[in-house]
Amino acid sequence: MPDVKPVLMQGNEACAEGAITAGVRFYAGYPITPSTEIAEYMAEKLPRLGGVFIQMEDEIASMAAVIGASIGGKRALTATSGPGFSLKQENLGYAIMAEIPCVVVNVQRMGPSTGVPTAPSQGDVMQARWGTHGDHPIIVFSPASVYETFYLTIAAVNLSQKLRQPVVLLLDEVVGHMREKVLIPEMGKLMVEKISDQVPPDWKPYDDKGLTPLVPFGSGHFYHVTGLYHDEFGFPTGEPAVVSRVLDRLHNKLEQYRHEITFTNYIGHKEPRVGIVTYGCTVRSARAAVKKAYWQNRWPVGLLSLQTIWPFPDKEVEALARQADIILVPEMNRGQLVGEVERSVRGQAEVVPLNRYDGEMITPDQIMEQLRRWLP
Amino acid sequence: MAPIEQLNLDFLRTKKLPHIWCPGCGNGIVTAALVRAIVRAGYDQRDVVIVSGIGCSSRAAGYLNFNTLHTTHGRALAFATGLKMARPQLKIFVIMGDGDCSAIGGNHFIHAARRNIDLNAVIINNYIYGMTGGQHSPLTPLGKKATTAPLGTLERPFELLELARGAGATFGARGIAAQPRQLEQLIARGAAHKGFSVIEALSPCPVAYGRRNKQGGAVEMLKAMKENAVSVERASNMDAQALAGKIITGVIFTREDPEFCELYYQLIEQESKKNSN
Repeated sequence: MPDVKPVLMQGNEACAEGAITAGVRFYAGYPITPSTEIAEYMAEKLPRLGGVFIQMEDEIASMAAVIGASIGGKRALTATSGPGFSLKQENLGYAIMAEIPCVVVNVQRMGPSTGVPTAPSQGDVMQARWGTHGDHPIIVFSPASVYETFYLTIAAVNLSQKLRQPVVLLLDEVVGHMREKVLIPEMGKLMVEKISDQVPPDWKPYDDKGLTPLVPFGSGHFYHVTGLYHDEFGFPTGEPAVVSRVLDRLHNKLEQYRHEITFTNYIGHKEPRVGIVTYGCTVRSARAAVKKAYWQNRWPVGLLSLQTIWPFPDKEVEALARQADIILVPEMNRGQLVGEVERSVRGQAEVVPLNRYDGEMITPDQIMEQLRRWLP
Repeated sequence: MAPIEQLNLDFLRTKKLPHIWCPGCGNGIVTAALVRAIVRAGYDQRDVVIVSGIGCSSRAAGYLNFNTLHTTHGRALAFATGLKMARPQLKIFVIMGDGDCSAIGGNHFIHAARRNIDLNAVIINNYIYGMTGGQHSPLTPLGKKATTAPLGTLERPFELLELARGAGATFGARGIAAQPRQLEQLIARGAAHKGFSVIEALSPCPVAYGRRNKQGGAVEMLKAMKENAVSVERASNMDAQALAGKIITGVIFTREDPEFCELYYQLIEQESKKNSN
């Protein structure tokens, strides 16, 4: 038996299959274009695997049910698109505060509001970072292909469990709906150990000393879970020293494990004059442009693709800026992540945005046209 | 039954007391009735979960020594639905206030009822948003005053148990803080019932509701509550005129219907048998 088998899959299916591979056995959702295939796939598969699929009354309830199931010990995921992602924000913040693992998939469509439900857009980049209120941390992944969607979903589930931190998967509509080859490993090969199986004797639900497993309700450890600021046992407090410690704890987790959270990839010239920084489906066009510009024409061009967009890979971007004179940032919006790029570059290179927001993808030609501004 | 002092030590987080509720509040009476009902039902402490929303009443979860989940405003039933489906052996009590359950949480309330999922909803109805200082809720009686209805509310209230029945709940009961023993029995009966149980517990809020509506202090409010209470048995022999302004207490409706969580897990089992054959 081979360890992996190649399968032709749709991006949304790969997301669902990745979740199942990573041990997700609970899905709650509400129908919304262009994410619905994820729900349909889960509805088909989960009951046959002893898992739970439930279509809730609305997006808010879906997010709540996912958190409830996670507290009950099931790996849980929900999927939606822009309008639904807006509705999920309050309970997403709850999961961050109460440190309940869960994965939220947002297959982005063109907004604001109802927008163009079937058109691709990268308009929710800042919403994914700051959508819920308060000074919170968040992990956000942005896959460029069906293959990446499969593996980043697995990474999202595992990291979410390990760090007890919600992870958002920002899919582009075109990634969600395209079909590509994926290499699927044998069931169970990639799943991490369930950390909640090993409860230390002096377990506290919110231990300041570092990562602590979530012990499911019903296991005989009585504790309190709340969205209020809380002490190590989960009980509400407004004590200033405790309040700041809790918020630091939430952020420190992500800083401490940055090396496990941050996924980026660089291709192209070793000492590029122009560096492209992008994410999601725009990576595909940028890759095609780099192939032409660097592999064919030997122009000094490189591409830094970001699979992790939050926390922002500032060190990686800065390293590129030390080499390049120009950093080109193509995005399917009016310029969102480009601000972060500018912050990270700290004046060491000129940052040039390339934006498209008509419901169509940025093409390789558009990127080539930009590159020609600085290169022969 | 063990003496009540003993029960308090087992099932209350006494270190978390005193509670945050105002003097004269009925929430403590309802919470104690809930604790006694859980004892009466004979559940293992490990299997019991208290889920609550946001508001005065929802703070009860923090004082109860079980696994307790204090959620977001109105969403307690949606969290509880996920938890129940993930771990069906849990006995879940969902404490909500009138605004929490019937305004912001109204959608989740009717859909939990429609599914007939085995959750026990205990709605502490004090006719007002207490924690925010006395705004009218969908259960505030017509004409009563609130900070957001200084001239009296023009909005008709929900008849909560009729709403629950219409949406598909299979057990509905009403008790009052002035009759805690009966309330305890009603919660215990709701817990024993398989399906979505709704227990409306009327509770005085002398600070944010009673004072503004000239209903006196806690004692007067409890007295009036008791005087207006009519058992469902006695009410069945009274005409509409005699029942006007009365509070009907007891089990208002109950019926047997398939329970959602059990149905789901039966389906899963059938599927796994099919696959293994």
